[in-house]
Amino acid sequence: MNLQTQIFHRGIAATLLQPNIDTDAIIPSREIQRVSKEGLGEALFSGWRYRSAENREPEPDFILNQDPYQGASILLAGDNFGCGSSREHAVWALKDFGVKAILAPSFGGIFFNNCALNGILAIELEENSIQRLAEWVRIDPRGNLLEIDLTAQRIRWREGKEIKFDIEPARRSLLLDGLDGIAATLRHEAAIAAFEDADRDRRPWVYEFPDG
Amino acid sequence: MPDTLLEKLWNLHEVTDLGGRDSLVHIDRIFLHERTGSIALRGLEQAGCGIRAPRRVFCTMDHIVDTRPGRGDITLVPGGREFIEATRHSARKAGIHLFDIDDSRQGIVHVVAAENGIVLPGMSAVCPDSHTCTLGALGALAWGIGSTEAEHAMATSSLRVSRPRSMRVNFHGETAPGVSAKDMILHLIAKFGSRAGRGYAVEFAGPAIRALSMDGRFTICNMAVEMGAFTGMIAPDESTFAYVRDLSFAPRGPLAQQAQAHWRELRSDDGAEFDRELEVDCAQIAPSVTWGANPEQLADINGVVPEPEAFEDRQKSLAARQALAYMDLEPGTPLRSIRIDAAFIGSCTNNRIDDLRTAANYLRNRKKAPWVQAMCVPGSSAVKRLAEAEGLDEIFRAAGFEWREAGCSLCFHAGGESFGGRRVISSTNRNFQGRQGPGARTHLGSPLTVAASACRGYISAAEDSR
Repeated sequence: MNLQTQIFHRGIAATLLQPNIDTDAIIPSREIQRVSKEGLGEALFSGWRYRSAENREPEPDFILNQDPYQGASILLAGDNFGCGSSREHAVWALKDFGVKAILAPSFGGIFFNNCALNGILAIELEENSIQRLAEWVRIDPRGNLLEIDLTAQRIRWREGKEIKFDIEPARRSLLLDGLDGIAATLRHEAAIAAFEDADRDRRPWVYEFPDG
Repeated sequence: MPDTLLEKLWNLHEVTDLGGRDSLVHIDRIFLHERTGSIALRGLEQAGCGIRAPRRVFCTMDHIVDTRPGRGDITLVPGGREFIEATRHSARKAGIHLFDIDDSRQGIVHVVAAENGIVLPGMSAVCPDSHTCTLGALGALAWGIGSTEAEHAMATSSLRVSRPRSMRVNFHGETAPGVSAKDMILHLIAKFGSRAGRGYAVEFAGPAIRALSMDGRFTICNMAVEMGAFTGMIAPDESTFAYVRDLSFAPRGPLAQQAQAHWRELRSDDGAEFDRELEVDCAQIAPSVTWGANPEQLADINGVVPEPEAFEDRQKSLAARQALAYMDLEPGTPLRSIRIDAAFIGSCTNNRIDDLRTAANYLRNRKKAPWVQAMCVPGSSAVKRLAEAEGLDEIFRAAGFEWREAGCSLCFHAGGESFGGRRVISSTNRNFQGRQGPGARTHLGSPLTVAASACRGYISAAEDSR
């Protein structure tokens, strides 16, 4: 599976700075009507993006309906972005909309993992940095593009300025290599089998149990 | 070296150290439901992967299935039938355990995993559902994952996990009468914030935790995720051993004794060091209700809706202003003066038998206010049967509550039933904007608070009518 993570990305950044934007806000449960990972971009932020759930009339006050943010590929977000429900549909919807990277002071834990597994860069930055970037991109959202370089772990913004970011090595290589996680783990199959053999003596009830 | 409970559980399941903080961790039990499990099962089929140990994978119907009496595959949720049928088809094909709509063991995934003895102390368990941390109350390492990770866990009986840091929360002192486990966990989240647990496995400890029934402990651990934690956990003790004894999937005879001897070791050693420790004085806790759109936006029942400018933290102040606009509340409004349109007792947070008994005990010989729609949804078909055997359903009905089949129901609006546009007092876990329907204004509280509020028609504590 090629996750097509962008090692280098340059794009328009939209700001959604209030804290605790949860996965119910990113995609309300009512929008998940098929057993599918596809085509969820239209439902992204639907509670805020449309005036009503039925007729999909755009809400002009919502940033992703405004020019040029319909084409935003980077989100500058508030603390605890993606908290709440584990629904991976939140990430699939962001991806389908065209979001490549999200910058926030912190993320919901399950959402953070789901991003990496779907090739979206979730980057933790100090709130001060987020604020500075937000002020700069708002001056000229079309011209003031952010450049994110995963290899160098830095974000370039105004002429000559850059912000370094941290990313765990395992997450970075997952993103850079676009690895199929199952295939990578199956390389440890012998270790898993050996673990289970030893564990079966220690905790037999985990492996053999009454069938309900 | 003295170990924490987390270290012991981690060492029990670590297959390989992957470098940094990452390990390959053995997964003992996997649970699925028709909302996110369906897509994980299909994803695995499409990838041509098998399930490594299908008999250690369990699936139930809870999220989409109706809770109206006489329910079937057709649902009020648009497209719901596809989720149910796809889940059933994939589960049968894969040979995993399925608790279908009409199965006596059907119910909310985290309720049935515990009450059937499928997840036991010391086990590792995952489910593509954020409230999987509920099962930490058994002394298990249980956490919520996404659908892609669920595919991985099914294919390999393992997951790559970044080792969480350890936190212990000590609940000391005694709670006042009428203060429940729900008030304890809401108080904790409000005091330290909805991301205080980020990156941590949180062990809940102290005499007030020991004093809780297992049902109360499930409520505490259920909301660990609402403080952003990787998971919550409580060391198993005599209450835990009594709870799991003779459950249908639990070990019997000599094996049960062997298991119990093993489980007794599962506690943080004296002198074990935690990355962070928090203290909560239970004497400070009153029945509490949320006023905002996040569980940390909470006030005690005697309090008022706060002034957003009163928060020193700029982000909290901004969030409070937005929440009050959504909730249509003015700062300074006493909580008890807030009129409600609906009352909901249900969800994996608060719909086990203790919760229903507490609410029914209050509702006996009382009636809901005429303008309130009131509803009680048991957590599992087994809880429902037990409640009916005790006559609780009659009490709920006589008080004007609807008595439903087991499931997640209106904990969230999935496109079918809705509290849209109405103000709800709810025993659930999330008061997010639109969670219970477009424009629904959710106030979280304990089952007792929900029952008392339903009767007065305004946010209330049980003590108000004594």
